[in-house]
Amino acid sequence: MTNGIETLASRPIGRRAALIGLAGVAGTLSMPWIARAQAETIRIGFPTPLTGPFAAEANDQVRSAQLAVKLANDKGGIAGRKVELLVRDDKLNAGEAATRTLELIEKDKVHAVVGALSSAVQLAVNEVTRARSMLYISISQSDTINEIKDFSPYTFHEALNPTMTTAVVARHSFKKGSKVAYLVADYAYGHEMLRGFKRAAKEIGAQTVSEILHPFGAADYSTFIPTILSSGADILCICNFGRDQANSIKQAVDFGVKDQMKIVVPVLLHNQRLAVDPEVFEGVTGGANYYWGLEETMPSAKAFNDAFRAMYKGTIPTDYGAYGYTGVASLLIAIEKAGGTEPQKVIAALEALKYDIAKGEQSYRKCDHQSMQSVLVLESKAKKAMKSDADLFKIVAAEPASESVLRTCSELGFKS
Amino acid sequence: MTVQLIAMQLFSGLALGAVLIMVALGLSIIFGMLGIVNFAHGALFMVGAYAGLYVAGLTGSFWWALLIAPVMIGLFGMLIERFLIRPLYGRSPDDPLLLTFGLGYVLVEAVRILFGTDGIPFSTPAALRGVVNLGIGFFPLYRLFVIGVVVAVLLLLWIGLEKTKFGLIVRAGSADPLIMRVLGVDISRLWLVVFGIGVGITALGGVLAAPMRNVSPEMGTLVLAEAFVVTVIGGMGSLPGAVIAGLIVGVSVSMTSLFAPEMATIVMFALMALILLVRPNGLYGRAAPGL
Repeated sequence: MTNGIETLASRPIGRRAALIGLAGVAGTLSMPWIARAQAETIRIGFPTPLTGPFAAEANDQVRSAQLAVKLANDKGGIAGRKVELLVRDDKLNAGEAATRTLELIEKDKVHAVVGALSSAVQLAVNEVTRARSMLYISISQSDTINEIKDFSPYTFHEALNPTMTTAVVARHSFKKGSKVAYLVADYAYGHEMLRGFKRAAKEIGAQTVSEILHPFGAADYSTFIPTILSSGADILCICNFGRDQANSIKQAVDFGVKDQMKIVVPVLLHNQRLAVDPEVFEGVTGGANYYWGLEETMPSAKAFNDAFRAMYKGTIPTDYGAYGYTGVASLLIAIEKAGGTEPQKVIAALEALKYDIAKGEQSYRKCDHQSMQSVLVLESKAKKAMKSDADLFKIVAAEPASESVLRTCSELGFKS
Repeated sequence: MTVQLIAMQLFSGLALGAVLIMVALGLSIIFGMLGIVNFAHGALFMVGAYAGLYVAGLTGSFWWALLIAPVMIGLFGMLIERFLIRPLYGRSPDDPLLLTFGLGYVLVEAVRILFGTDGIPFSTPAALRGVVNLGIGFFPLYRLFVIGVVVAVLLLLWIGLEKTKFGLIVRAGSADPLIMRVLGVDISRLWLVVFGIGVGITALGGVLAAPMRNVSPEMGTLVLAEAFVVTVIGGMGSLPGAVIAGLIVGVSVSMTSLFAPEMATIVMFALMALILLVRPNGLYGRAAPGL
């Protein structure tokens, strides 16, 4: 801006110089605006399905996200600015999520979006944020969001993806020569998990003996079970989510499936385990992004749990809830490092970030912006082994962050 | 694919049919006798399951839940009939339909507020856990028990409607309420009782389903669709129709699960469309009263 004024003074006044000068004056006049913008609250939009079948998980996400915001404000804000979370109900509907996100961007003038809790809804939000060059931290399992056709330079994927989840779960539950039967929900989530497990099974040398796709939201699984029982499998791998998971495991156990085979799921859900008796889930193995029991070995998990307990009357954070925390907290750290909300600077900061805020070291891979992070393998405890109502799982393994469980950048279509 | 697997699949289908009959029965009775399309059916099913959960928690016994919850919800059904539906008799049949549709939403939200949005565990009673060897394969004891209860309820209904004076009056009342009034029968009291029984049976279905499907505020949504499919295929309001339709749907779903499992839900609706094309009133249906 000072350059403009110098030019004005040192040269004969031409039209071009005058214009430059005017721009300089305008720039100087707008300085107070810039100064005020610096103190402006950092607004983070948070679309999530507060109503509908994933409501329990969504409400946990909101509570964890609010904790991240509170901790930032308690220490005086980020880069001197207060932080505000704007939560919106996306009703688990892609159209609703897109509308709410657009409103957050256009009307509420948010600086970044974090959220969504289903792969399809998440992709709808991603479409909107990509078109508007808006920062987005996605926090729901998806493989598609890593691939080049859906990639947005403004999007960072904080959640696990099916490829890495299934790779780690299979490593700790499949063996060479294992016979695996799959019961899979017939939509994107199930398909991606199935693909991941089969990819891992091939490497391990496990064999697929049966593959059953069930309709999303089915109430009765009894008619799928005779095929599973007669398949000769020693592992039943159930790839579905939410209530489908609770119902299908319950009914499989009723049919005595557990006497013949081990039940493995991609993601063992805290809230679904609570919705069913411990005996039903006993011995069921699955992956997780977070489990509060990590606090015994990991200081960052202990700090996160303690802060959560302090804010929410002694309750503990859950798996999908923790995404709300790590998603918002990593974004805020990057904004602090970038010294503001200017998107390109925040992107650079996120790409360079190394953070350990709840579950060990994490960082975003440069090509697809996938968060490389630890993956847990959990086993559901027997009732008599539970020390408290929240003592649900035994941590079988906590595999530290590694690129080896991800698809390579070139596999995803990125030129390295 | 062995003969044994096919036989087992067929049996699973018949067992599922029994579950579907149980799910549809309340809807069928209320429509058959009163001509009311009860859109709150799914919600009342869910409320029945929650009532069962509540009674089981209070008494510590599944058996008390099975007995008391349907009576509780049946009485609640009578209140609904007396104060909400009765003022609508004699008006367009759309009115009770709209009313029950809205009532369904109110009940689901009320349960969400009272018991939370998460599912709640409902254990299979200890005496009914485990599997039974049928010779062709293993089958859960609890599902065999459900089949038994459905047969017993159907038998009681049949005796009640066909062999008692009360049943005679109910049937006459549903055929021609005006003549019954002229003959001095208090039709409104009769309908109150029939509505209560229908809702009670719906709640019984909810309690029976709870150990299989878990309890959640949304558990009635799919039930409403299943119940309508069975009732429409059987012929609105026909009890034998509901039984035959339940079994046909169960076996179709089961056989589809064997060959094209991802089609297992859609096949119900395809079957319904097909049967409606050939027999617009369903298998055993008469032209719907007032519709």
